[in-house]
Amino acid sequence: MIAEKSIIKRLGNQLFFTGPTMVLFTVAVLVPFAYGFYLTLMKMTSPVSPLEFSGIANYRSAFNDPQFWDSMWLTVKYVGATIVFVNVIGFALAYLVTSGIRSQNFFRTALFTPNLIGGLVLGYIWQFIFVQSLPMIGEKLGIEVLRLGWLGDELLAFWALVIVTIWQSAGYMMIIFIAGLISVPRDIIEASTIDGANGWQRLVKMTLPLMIPSFVVTVFLTLKNAFMVYDINFALTEGGPYNSTMMVSMHVVQKAFLEVNYGVGQAEAIILFVIVAVVTGLQVYFSKRMEVQA
Amino acid sequence: MVVAFVCFTFPFFLLIVNSFKTNGDILENPFSIPKVLDFSRFSEVIEKMNFLVTFKNTFVITTLSVILILILSAMTAHYLVRNATKFNQTFFAILVASMIIPFQSIMIPLIYIYGAKLNLIETAPVTLLIALYIGFGSAFSVFIYHGFIKSIPLELEEASLIDGCTRRQTFFKIVLPMLAPTSVTIAILNVLWIWNDYLLPSLILTKEQDFTMPIKMKVFNGTYMNDWQLLIPAILLTILPILVAYLIGQRYIIRGVMQGAIK
Repeated sequence: MIAEKSIIKRLGNQLFFTGPTMVLFTVAVLVPFAYGFYLTLMKMTSPVSPLEFSGIANYRSAFNDPQFWDSMWLTVKYVGATIVFVNVIGFALAYLVTSGIRSQNFFRTALFTPNLIGGLVLGYIWQFIFVQSLPMIGEKLGIEVLRLGWLGDELLAFWALVIVTIWQSAGYMMIIFIAGLISVPRDIIEASTIDGANGWQRLVKMTLPLMIPSFVVTVFLTLKNAFMVYDINFALTEGGPYNSTMMVSMHVVQKAFLEVNYGVGQAEAIILFVIVAVVTGLQVYFSKRMEVQA
Repeated sequence: MVVAFVCFTFPFFLLIVNSFKTNGDILENPFSIPKVLDFSRFSEVIEKMNFLVTFKNTFVITTLSVILILILSAMTAHYLVRNATKFNQTFFAILVASMIIPFQSIMIPLIYIYGAKLNLIETAPVTLLIALYIGFGSAFSVFIYHGFIKSIPLELEEASLIDGCTRRQTFFKIVLPMLAPTSVTIAILNVLWIWNDYLLPSLILTKEQDFTMPIKMKVFNGTYMNDWQLLIPAILLTILPILVAYLIGQRYIIRGVMQGAIK
């Protein structure tokens, strides 16, 4: 600890070093967060009219909004699907590019590339693939599933969203898994080989348990990103067909800014926050307990 | 491996080959190699997207935000580590805890306060946006710096203080240069986030001359719906700057992401 002698000097340094961050953090995060709770208790008939106290009416409307719960349920399914696929594929890729094949750095670089592109542009790229390119292949090769326009079908549009998400995030998770795989001690793996474990046993019994810290991070990130998904959803399907692929973020944006219902929109956003906080909290808590020592 | 590679890069291949084709050629076969290298639609798109202005906007917003995030967060983290008072520890705990707050749960009050109440969205949108980025980015950045600064020996700073440097000189001349590798990591993660961000700027930037690339792309997509001969070159141009930056700095970027994830 470095302590200045005079209080004025210390105060000056505290303000100089931490002041700007404190102010901007308060302005950007703390004030809106606190004000958000206040907003949910208020009724606003139009954006310009003054707020009136309305108690828990907004929460009641949020709980009784079937569209909100539909979008929430869809988001939960999407979260489940992306957690499984992004992590399994990300791990498989990491396993492949650390297994000593040739030009693995090149593959790493290439597989990470989709992550550099924002969700919005990514959605447009895949719109071209789903609308223009896949039906073309389906037509030529006579594959029925490809010939249908995926984005026009409720179920296929959902899976289209999952595929694009995998494409975007698997490379990122791969990098995190690589960092974990490199730190798995070599001698343990060698010892198990001498003891007669085959490749699959080594992976399942030795490597995977030691990789749990990495999985804590990747599952947390996929979980949080999937609950918050907006850009890809917005660009790829815009919630269509008939709002069947509208995830919860998009519903909140729509509620608040298109239907100009700030109170209910914010109440739904708070419900979303609570769900995400509880789910990620439980995930980190339980997966931390699974960690083992090498 | 090869299968994975093809799956992951195929969309890029499609973008490149189709950016030289006319609508007719694209509809006929999106997978064919273009017959002629026709750059004419690129210039058309550059003009229609007002590409140079849009690029400049994105560049200015991203660089200013990231540079300020780096300096301010490093200063804050340094002070919080070296002066671990009750107050500072509480502040750090609040910063870390705030990382769980999803943007969606503060965006409505944000727009209400700075739009409807203070009208900053009308009068100073770009400044507001940069200030908000610093505010949002500071939690994560302070957290990463905090972890690293703890490992720097205190003796170094004490020596510089004894040699007559002030607290601020010590920070800028001794500590900040030592933080360079961490700064690279934090800069990369923040650049990727801010450059590609859509939701926040779409709510704050309402005037055409302020638009960033993702917003412009959205507008462009709305105007030229299904006009692929313009959309594809537009998409390619939008992602080109970041792809070029990636090709140049890929080693640092991959390492940066790795470092950021371990902490």
